[in-house]
Parts: sequence; C-alpha cells; structure tokens
Amino acid sequence: MRVFFEQLINGLTIGSFYGLIALGYSMVYGVLKLINFAHGDFFALGSYLGYTMLVFGSGFLTTHLGLWGGLAVAVIVAALCLALVGVVVERVAYRPIYPAGRLPAVVSALGASIILQNLIMIIWGPRYQAYPAQLIPNFPIHAGGLNLTGLQLLILCVSFALMAVLYFVIQKTTWGAAVRATALDRDTAALMGINFKKVIRFIFTLGPALGALTGVMVGMYYRQISFTMGWNYGLKAFTATILGGIGNLPGAMFGGLILGVLEMLGSAYVSTAWKDVFVFLILILVLIFRPNGLFGEKIAEKV
Amino acid sequence: MPGHCVPPHLAASRQKAAGLLLVFAALVVFPFFAGDYLVDVAFFFGIYVLLGLSLNIVLGEVGLYDLGHAGFYAIGAYTTAVLNTRFGIPVLVLLPVSALAAGLFAFLVTSPIIHLRGDYLCIVTIGMGEIVRLALINNPLGLTGGPNGVYGIDSPTLGFLRLDSSAGSYALIWVVVGLAVFALFRLQRSRIGRAWNCIREDEIAAQATGINVRAYKLLAFVLGAALAGVAGNLYAVKLMVVSPESFTFWESCLMFSIVLIGGMGSVPGVIIGAAAISLFPEIFRSFASYRLVVFGVVMILMMMFRPGGVWPRRRGGTESRDLLLRLGRPRG
Repeated sequence: MRVFFEQLINGLTIGSFYGLIALGYSMVYGVLKLINFAHGDFFALGSYLGYTMLVFGSGFLTTHLGLWGGLAVAVIVAALCLALVGVVVERVAYRPIYPAGRLPAVVSALGASIILQNLIMIIWGPRYQAYPAQLIPNFPIHAGGLNLTGLQLLILCVSFALMAVLYFVIQKTTWGAAVRATALDRDTAALMGINFKKVIRFIFTLGPALGALTGVMVGMYYRQISFTMGWNYGLKAFTATILGGIGNLPGAMFGGLILGVLEMLGSAYVSTAWKDVFVFLILILVLIFRPNGLFGEKIAEKV
Repeated sequence: MPGHCVPPHLAASRQKAAGLLLVFAALVVFPFFAGDYLVDVAFFFGIYVLLGLSLNIVLGEVGLYDLGHAGFYAIGAYTTAVLNTRFGIPVLVLLPVSALAAGLFAFLVTSPIIHLRGDYLCIVTIGMGEIVRLALINNPLGLTGGPNGVYGIDSPTLGFLRLDSSAGSYALIWVVVGLAVFALFRLQRSRIGRAWNCIREDEIAAQATGINVRAYKLLAFVLGAALAGVAGNLYAVKLMVVSPESFTFWESCLMFSIVLIGGMGSVPGVIIGAAAISLFPEIFRSFASYRLVVFGVVMILMMMFRPGGVWPRRRGGTESRDLLLRLGRPRG
C-alpha cells in the first residue's frame, strides 16, 4: 500500500506538469482549432531560461534576495520572457497563416517548433544541463510512513494554485469570458465586440508563461534538462489534452493528472519499460469508447 | 501533319509525354555522372517520395490526419530485417511481404479507431506510432534487438546480379517509385480515388450517396501502410541495419510536412515536397547547426506564401471541359 500512495503522489506531481502544459495546448486549440506544436518548446525554453537565471544570477540573486527570492525571480523572469516569445511567435509564424486554414497552420507550428528547439540547442548546447542542486529547496518528509520530498509538495501546491488561478481567470473574468466566447463561436463573438486578435494575444501570453513556470519546476524536480524535452513533454501533454477532451480546460488539467498517475502506477505495477505503451493504450481505449475524451461534450455534426 | 494543326489537348499531352521522357532520361543518366554521395542522396530522396506518397493516400486523398505513419514504415523495415537475418529469406522476396505485414498491421490497429474524427484520430495515430517505437525498443520476444536494432541485412540479388552498390539501390528505389507513381495516378482516376476525394470534401454527403465511408477509409490506411512498408523494406536493405530511432514521431512529422508542402492529394506535389525535405538539409550543410533553423523558417514561409502547397492538385479528369475534350477526341 505504501508503494501505491508514493506512486500516486509521484504521479500527481508529473501529472500536474502535464496538466499545466496541456492547458496551453487546450487554450490555443479552443480558440484557433490549431495543434500548437511549438508549445512543448515554449516549455523547454522556459526551463532553460530558468536554468540560466539560477546559474548565472545565483551569486547576485541569492545574496541579495535569499534562496526563495532568487528562485522566485528566476521563475518570474522565465515566465515573462516566454510570454513575450509566445506573442512574437504567434505574430510572426501563425497570424499570417490563419486565413489559409487549419493544416497549413499545423505545418507552420511544426516549423516554429523546429526553430525553437534548434535555437535552444545552439545557445545551450546539445548535452544535458543540470540545475544547480544547492539552489533548490529540498528536505525529506516522512508522513504516515510515506517517503516524500518537500520539493514535491511545493510543486504540487504551486501547480494546483496555478490551475485554480487559471480556472478563476477563464471562468470569472471578462478576459476569460472573451476567450470562452471566442472558442464557442468566433464570428458571433466578433459581432459582440470581442477583439479576436486581443484574445489570441492573451492566450499566447498566458499559455507560454504557464509552460515556462512548468519548465522551471520540471528542471528543479528532475535536476537535468535537455533540448528535446519539449517534444517528450509536449507529446504527453497533448495526449492529456485529448484524454480530457480537447478545448475543455478543466478536462486538460484532469487529463494531465490522470495521465501522470497512470504512468507512475503503470511503471510500478506493470513495467517501467512499458509504461508509455500502457499510457497510450489507455488513451486509445478511452477514445474508442468515448470518442470526445473523458470530459468532452458530444457535439452534433452539422450537415 | 504540320505542328500548328495539332488540337490543343493533343499538344498538351505531347508536351507532357516529352516532359516525362526528359525526367526518365535524367533519372537513368544521373548515376553515371554523379558520385556515390549524390547517388545516395538521390536514394533517400526516393525513400521520402515513397513515404510522402504513402501518407498522401491517407492524408491527401481522404483527409485523415495521420501523424503516426512512421509506425507502418517501421513495421515494414523490421519485417524485412527480422525475416532476413533469422531465416535468410532474400530481401527482394520480402518486399511484398513487408507491404503485406504493414498493411495487415494497419488493418488491425485502425479498424477500431477509424470512426474517430479529425484531431482525435490524429492523436490516436501518434499513440500508435509511439507504441510501435517503444515496443521495438523493449525488444519483445527478443526479436527486435532493443535500442540497437537488427543488423546484418543482406543486399538484394537479381539472379547473379548483386545490387549492393549505391547505383544498384538507387535503381531499385526509383523503379519502385515509378511503379508507385503510375499506380497512384491510375488510382486517383478510379472509382476508389473519387470516393476518397468525396469523403475528404464532405464525409456526410459521401455517406448519403452510398459510399461505404468506413471501408474506403480502411482501404486508404491499408494501402498507405503497405506503401510505407515497401519504403521500410528498401530502407532496411540500404542501411543493412534498422533501429528504433529511425522511426520516431519526428519522422511522421516530416512525412506530414512533405504532403502539405507539396500539396494535398497531388502526386507531383508530393515529389517536390519530398525533394524539399530530403535535399534541403544536404544543400544547406554549410550552415552547420543553423540549417534546421533555416529549415523551420522555410517551412513557415512556404505555408505563408503557398498555403495550398507548391503544386496543388488540379481538379482534373471529371470536369466537364475534360469530358468534352475526351469525347471529341478521335478514336484510333
């Protein structure tokens, strides 16, 4: 039973990573019906920026602001930079292609992903980079016979807080209402005075910033990052998006959590080597029986 | 008959024939003038043409989003590799066997998911491709050799002739490409091709006119996978080694880009797309690590200025003008 609960917590931790990245995919998909392949690379870029802030800014930041202050600055700077990158990528690579339809935009997104990934490789090198261990808060926790780390609990708290904030923003604020309205029906939303371009810019600020925060947390959790991590996590997060029902934000969060838990339980009880196969098999099974995802609503096909 | 009396459609078809003849002559002459390196580049160009054509059946003709096509390619390559190294079956015999294996695999895995629409189908095919790759890495039954793959695959032999040179494999692949192009052109103009296009344009309308949508979609997956299996066979034979890292999600994305850069459903377009994807990194070798960045920039620019692809499919064959011309054409 102890293994089960430990794996459950581990699963929730990586599941919250998937969920946070999935939110970015889901928002873009909801509004633009575009699979934003570059989103995984936003996440990776955020992770690398956080790394650079921690390594090169470590002397200055930690002496002046302390461990927590330095960490907070690193995270915030990474998120702000990525918000900027997201807006720029949208403006340069996606906006000119919207009129052409969905599939050309997918190729353009692939192009943007290739550019970002290779820029990361050129700037930081093709090898793994290690997050500085002495700058990461960590302490073991023994609660109820479980071996956990403080970092894990911190990540879980931050992730759930971020998800709650995003849920609040989307459900309760004017901006969120605009995003939901645009996702529902773009033309009618435009007639109601919603500025479509602003909505897009908003989601391309929010999504990549969340991705960058996740990237820094992944770096702290696993201690090492590589330039291809965007693809690996992006693929999983996209799977989570579909699992929850694409375009459905709470669905994406739950999809991510479910995926993470399945992955960890699969590696504990089935086999570590086959865990990803297990995850994809579950995804396929879910889609066979619920073709619109776990939380997706059935949309009647218009003739 | 003096040239100016030739009716316009005959002149056009003569021009077309002359063009094809030129391309054919260039392909035959090429290995005699180019070095081994260039001939090898042309071989991989051929592989990407085959892969592009195979995905074009699924994505271009029927409009099904398939981002796991590398899985079928892998099945073809590993079928050849395993059967050749274990049982010594000649690789040319394994060419149709690989096609059958990939086609059968496609039939089994896509049957339960063929009803999914758009992006849901897309993610399931991604999952399928990943499952194939991960399974190959995990070495089921000790057959696939794990991350190192299978090595020591034979070269093809035609009687006493051994096709193990660069020129040999070049000749082999371009013959296969030629046959595939011919067959696909015929297929496009057949009842099947028209049914596929009809499903792509409007699935519900297609169903309403009595087209068995499910069967035609499955057929597209099976044929597309079989052609990818052929490409897998030729790839395995050329490299003499197959390993899981050749069949990643990235490879599926490249095929997807080939079809979209070329033009959905357009055979000449796919050939151009394959040229762009396979020759571009070679041409820009001097950019070193920047070449993939340039590659990404070009992909975006292409979609900006030619969103329908470089050579979009012309709606031909069934247009009334063509029908009239065909009816008016003298027999004999």
